[in-house]
Amino acid sequence: MTARLVREPIRPEETTAAVRSDGDGAVATFVGVVRDRARGRRVLRLEYHAHEPMAVREIERIEEEVRTRFEVSAVRIVHRIGTLAIGEVSVAIAVASPHRAAAFDGCRWAIERLKERVPIWKKEVYEDGEAWIEGS
Amino acid sequence: VTIEVRFFASLADRAGCAVETVEIDEGSTAEALWARLVERHPELGGIGYRPLLACDAAWSRWDAPLRGVREVAFLPPVSGGRK
Repeated sequence: MTARLVREPIRPEETTAAVRSDGDGAVATFVGVVRDRARGRRVLRLEYHAHEPMAVREIERIEEEVRTRFEVSAVRIVHRIGTLAIGEVSVAIAVASPHRAAAFDGCRWAIERLKERVPIWKKEVYEDGEAWIEGS
Repeated sequence: VTIEVRFFASLADRAGCAVETVEIDEGSTAEALWARLVERHPELGGIGYRPLLACDAAWSRWDAPLRGVREVAFLPPVSGGRK
């Protein structure tokens, strides 16, 4: 599986398996999930929208940057778009490395860049309304 | 020339559509195009920030002439999120 943007549920174990090789002693993963409260309100579901070709390209750039900045052997980022229920996985990141420090550092770096740069937006749907969550 | 304009997220809600086509003079800037769009969709005028701009799916400058561009996208800032 090579898609960076998917509409079907993400299975993080597949993302992990995609990066691991026999020279790696560590695979760090980050899994973002939909939570049931935000801004003091009860959230029923999220809707993720993207500028798809740009989002794919930015994700691929971030993967490449992680590979060049950290001593890692492989990186994979998968983000879901569409409607997500509470508890569903919105993003999975897996970083494989011979040693754990680079794997943790690269994984943390990847999620922070993703939040800053990738044109994906979420709409929170509440019991009594909805709101786009944009910028900061 | 005909430009396909795309709005994303809350900008699409304000414009009332995600895609529309606009006729502009060859070499107009995105600034001029945006001014036309705000006239057409007044709710776009009240956003309080300048959207991100992408021409044919590449980040672009507001003051560059739109030459050979087919699609102009206006995007809100990305989510950010709390650490």
